[in-house]
Amino acid sequence: MLKSKSFVKKTRKGGVIKIVREHYLRDDIWCGSEACSQCKQDSFVLEKAPSVASDKCNFPHYILPDTNVVLHQVDILEDEIIKNCILLQTVQQEVKHRSLPAYKRIQGLTTNSDKKFYVFSNEYHKETFIERLGGETANDYNDRVIRKAATWYSQHLEKNGENVPKIVLLTNDRANREKAKNEGIIAYTVHEYVQSLTDKPYLVDRLAQLAKDENDKEKVDQDIKTGKGRNVLYPEHLNLAAIQKGIKEGKYKQGTFLSSRENFREGYVSIPGEEKMYFIKGLANQNRVVSNDTVAIEVLPKSKWTCPSSLVEVDENVDPEAENSLENDEETTSSVVNSSAQPTCRVVGVIKRNWRQYCGTLEPPSMKGGSRHLFKPAEKRIPKIRIETRQAESLLGHRIIVTIDSWPRNSRYPVGHFVKNLGKIGDKDTENEVLLLEHDVPHATFSETVLSFLPKMPWVITEEDLKVRTDLRWLDICSVDPPGCTDIDDALHCRSLDNGNLEVGVHIADVSHFIQPGNALDEEASNRGTTVYLTDKRIDMVPDLLSSNLCSLRGGEERFAFSVLWEMTKNAEIIETKFMKSVIRSRAALTYEEAQLRIDDKSQSDAVTTSLRNLLALAKILKKGRLDKGALVLASPEIRFNIDSETHDPIDVQEKMIRETNSMVEEFMLLANTSVAKKILKDFTKSALLRRHPVPPPSQYEMAIKAALSRGFKLEIDNGLALSQSLDKAVMEDNPLFNTLLRMLTTRCMTQAVYFSSGTVPEEDFFHFGLASPIYTHFTSPIRRYADLMVHRMLAVAIGYSEVYPELLNSEKMQDICKNLNYRHKMAQYAGRSSVELHTHIFFRDKVTIEDGYILFIRKNALQVFIPKYGFEGTLYLKEKGKDSIFTYNEQEPSQSAGHIKFRLFDKVLVQISTETTNLQHQRLRLQLVQPEVPGFSVPRTPASSSRKEDEEPPAKKLKQK
Amino acid sequence: MSGLELLSDQGFRLDGRRPRELRKIECKMGVFQQANGSAYIEQGNTKALATVYGPHEVTGNRSKIEHDKVLINCQYSMATFSTGERRSRSTGDRKSQEMQLHLKKTFEAAILTQLYPRSQIDIYVQILQADGGNYSACVNAATLAIIDAGIPMKDFVCASTAGFVSDTPIADISYLEESQGGPELVVALLPKSDQIVEFQVNSRLHLDNFEKVLDMAIKGCKDVHAVLTRVVKDHVGQLASKMSKT
Ligand SMILES: [Zn+2]
Repeated sequence: MLKSKSFVKKTRKGGVIKIVREHYLRDDIWCGSEACSQCKQDSFVLEKAPSVASDKCNFPHYILPDTNVVLHQVDILEDEIIKNCILLQTVQQEVKHRSLPAYKRIQGLTTNSDKKFYVFSNEYHKETFIERLGGETANDYNDRVIRKAATWYSQHLEKNGENVPKIVLLTNDRANREKAKNEGIIAYTVHEYVQSLTDKPYLVDRLAQLAKDENDKEKVDQDIKTGKGRNVLYPEHLNLAAIQKGIKEGKYKQGTFLSSRENFREGYVSIPGEEKMYFIKGLANQNRVVSNDTVAIEVLPKSKWTCPSSLVEVDENVDPEAENSLENDEETTSSVVNSSAQPTCRVVGVIKRNWRQYCGTLEPPSMKGGSRHLFKPAEKRIPKIRIETRQAESLLGHRIIVTIDSWPRNSRYPVGHFVKNLGKIGDKDTENEVLLLEHDVPHATFSETVLSFLPKMPWVITEEDLKVRTDLRWLDICSVDPPGCTDIDDALHCRSLDNGNLEVGVHIADVSHFIQPGNALDEEASNRGTTVYLTDKRIDMVPDLLSSNLCSLRGGEERFAFSVLWEMTKNAEIIETKFMKSVIRSRAALTYEEAQLRIDDKSQSDAVTTSLRNLLALAKILKKGRLDKGALVLASPEIRFNIDSETHDPIDVQEKMIRETNSMVEEFMLLANTSVAKKILKDFTKSALLRRHPVPPPSQYEMAIKAALSRGFKLEIDNGLALSQSLDKAVMEDNPLFNTLLRMLTTRCMTQAVYFSSGTVPEEDFFHFGLASPIYTHFTSPIRRYADLMVHRMLAVAIGYSEVYPELLNSEKMQDICKNLNYRHKMAQYAGRSSVELHTHIFFRDKVTIEDGYILFIRKNALQVFIPKYGFEGTLYLKEKGKDSIFTYNEQEPSQSAGHIKFRLFDKVLVQISTETTNLQHQRLRLQLVQPEVPGFSVPRTPASSSRKEDEEPPAKKLKQK
Repeated sequence: MSGLELLSDQGFRLDGRRPRELRKIECKMGVFQQANGSAYIEQGNTKALATVYGPHEVTGNRSKIEHDKVLINCQYSMATFSTGERRSRSTGDRKSQEMQLHLKKTFEAAILTQLYPRSQIDIYVQILQADGGNYSACVNAATLAIIDAGIPMKDFVCASTAGFVSDTPIADISYLEESQGGPELVVALLPKSDQIVEFQVNSRLHLDNFEKVLDMAIKGCKDVHAVLTRVVKDHVGQLASKMSKT
């Protein structure tokens, strides 16, 4: 089998070590074309007669792009019109080496059977492998390799007769193109090729604007040489070698740039390991960096330090041609207040760009007919982007996606290209898509490969299953969830034992039974990390068959579960804890409300109801025990929209009702999670997946302490118990919401709880502050959280049910998983909040209402007002643009006063809510003061739009100064 | 683990082999006249030389004499130039000792030791160039050298390795593949009886995958066997033609 193969050796020299590697060349690599009868292949990727209308290549052809084309024009390659493409192994490897995201997208194309992208392993092919010549640069060699493959393909296909597809080489390298033409290869630039595609004229919009910039760059360099530097707006970047040298010498620092949300001329650079961030002021000092770029900075001498201007400044320019100055850049830089000056720096170079695709809108053009346009990203930290498009008319008023290609020195804005039109602004599907994209939520439908790992239906429980599982079908188990829940993770039971104790069981969907580690289904779930809940939509972590059917513990159906059983005394003292894989049959899937009604209805005494009553009694004891240890009761507003079933628009909102049964279920989930955490840590001392909530440093509480103090309460922050008790004491008779509001503020001071691998943190830091638990993990929601699935796998090993596999023991790998999960959870939360916000906006569209609000923050020019009924916060501006404020700001108290009216924290106000209509692109909710009345500022209460009864007590009374 | 992709989506390994393919094997028997038997083998870039002396009287310490079988003495060494980094190696280091022990065990199981009681057979193997699968190359070279020396064995001993990458077993792993830290199975086999005489596993391998990888290693041994058989036949043929000429 080896005899037929000749081989050559590649030698790589580095230092004194000589590495000799073998390289086998083969004659069994096929061309992948259906038009070929030479190759002994049994399946094809490339079509026999590819048909794409091109006025340059009006013959059947396959395209063969070079590395740079693939690297920079993935957007083009992803377009549905581009098919039948030969991807050389050389190109693929080089792309992988230079950009992992681009490589992943290419992988997506090659696995998509519609795209007909064929990967040709040219480096292993006997006839396409060539050796690098002495003195040949890597680039020249790669180009030659690509041309060699193109030639081979042409000749190989020609052997199959007339009218076979030809090869079209796509390269933007002029020298390469000329050489190719001399060698008889058809070659075009990707721009020429895309322009020639008559069926898709707008595809040119999606071309990355790079080739032009190469010319621009030459022109800029020329200008500088000839002294005509007036077009140059930004200083040059240092090259990587100079940066590295500077960092070594301590002259420069490496950090991540973050632009200010309020002022586009200001930003910060955070340096790893340094607590304080460095301030940057002015576009020239930012020197073409975009938020999240890794940059090299030089700290300016103290004399040049400055501070944020406290100005809210938005880039108002809409003219894409306005490129000849960074207007006012210097002016704003000059105002230095010595006392408040911060360490200030400037960017000297870019270490790594972190550009992605951005959602946003096209600015209305300042003049008609031009093809250059400005794109305004939804994310305020991202600068406007200049793009070229011929379809601007149809893109106005739409949400679109744009990507940045480069930022030349003579361009005020980064230059990018149009990628995709998401749809009309304000359209709910469009806006949902935007918020999923902006929060990096993977939401594509599950791929064929992923679905192939699902169990085959009909699914039945076999004798074999029953042999390895404990049969708990005889227990009176039920589930308690919010109404409409179809992914039921957990179910409970409680029964009396002969010895007078109680047996409590928590039964969790056995998802790990259906998802084997490492397969495509597992990888997809791992990447998604969590199910994302939007107001009107759920983006599942695992396919529907599992989430809503086989794993969901539905009433009356036999399901696999992972059970935790405790023997407890009636005082909720745990005697024994057992874990087992089981088979259960839930008697009923109840809602919180139904469960509550059953408990309260004295006439019912069936097994499930008795079970619920016992559970509730135990839960109360457990909860008290937790609170006594210092667990916190935190608050965040939660509301639900009632959605119209036809239009899917929100028609009403209601606050989430918290019943006793909610906290009953929660209590047992906490207990199960804690029990499991202890168990898995024993077996996986270094790699257990746990969850911790760091104790916040005292400085973080500043805002809440100050707020409480303004009403005469003292927050104790020494430990959780003290904090919890002082929060309990903070009650104002005349303001029932005060306590909740204070808890909301306190919650915001805290850091987020995070997943971690037990080997990465000392044991004393395992502490979960919010729950006052020394150890904690997530076990109870494996359908919608990947962390729980991993914990299930660990527990299964710990009880000897399944075999361990290496990844479970690898602390580093586990930490990598945790890192992704933490990111996904944070993003899922943000996406959920944005979704509520979106629906709030839709709800208030064409509506004017008057509601109660409470002041949460007092700012220099505005009040931040919380509207309990809708659970949202809005800004009530105290000052109109261009006018002087009638209010006096007292930063110490803090307060804002006008005449005899004074606003303080937690004050109740009456506000009118409406949608601001002046700017169609960015619809905002507008709050206007109704009461207390401030002459010349507050708006009248128009009876027609008021939702309140007239006889209610006006809230203004309390606000009057005595 | 590094980011090296050991197996491409197209099913090729870094050096162009498919998962089940061995590296190219070249060997030569009877390379030294002084020794009773000798052989040289190349398995890809791993090169080994084996020489065999004996059976002869037990040298040195007489207490080592075995009364019912032959004493097998194995010496293993690596040439200073055998790896990229040049370094002098003593034969006594732990790794060599371990290798010696493995080799001794392997050949004790294959040679018909009871034929030569109270005598000794010396097997010297040296790795001239190391590129993964050193043990296999040593065993295969020594087998040829023993045959060259005319010492009777139950069967050929053929050794090979197998690894496990992206859910796929791969045969005859090279140094580069070895160094990525994946599981490695080393097997020495008596091919006719399918008897495994030596077996090592490095790094963790899940039980579910064990059989697949073992099968791959055994298949590797059998492929090696096919090559060695041909070499022996050619060698014998050459000898015969030489003899007939004289
Ligand atoms: Zn072909």
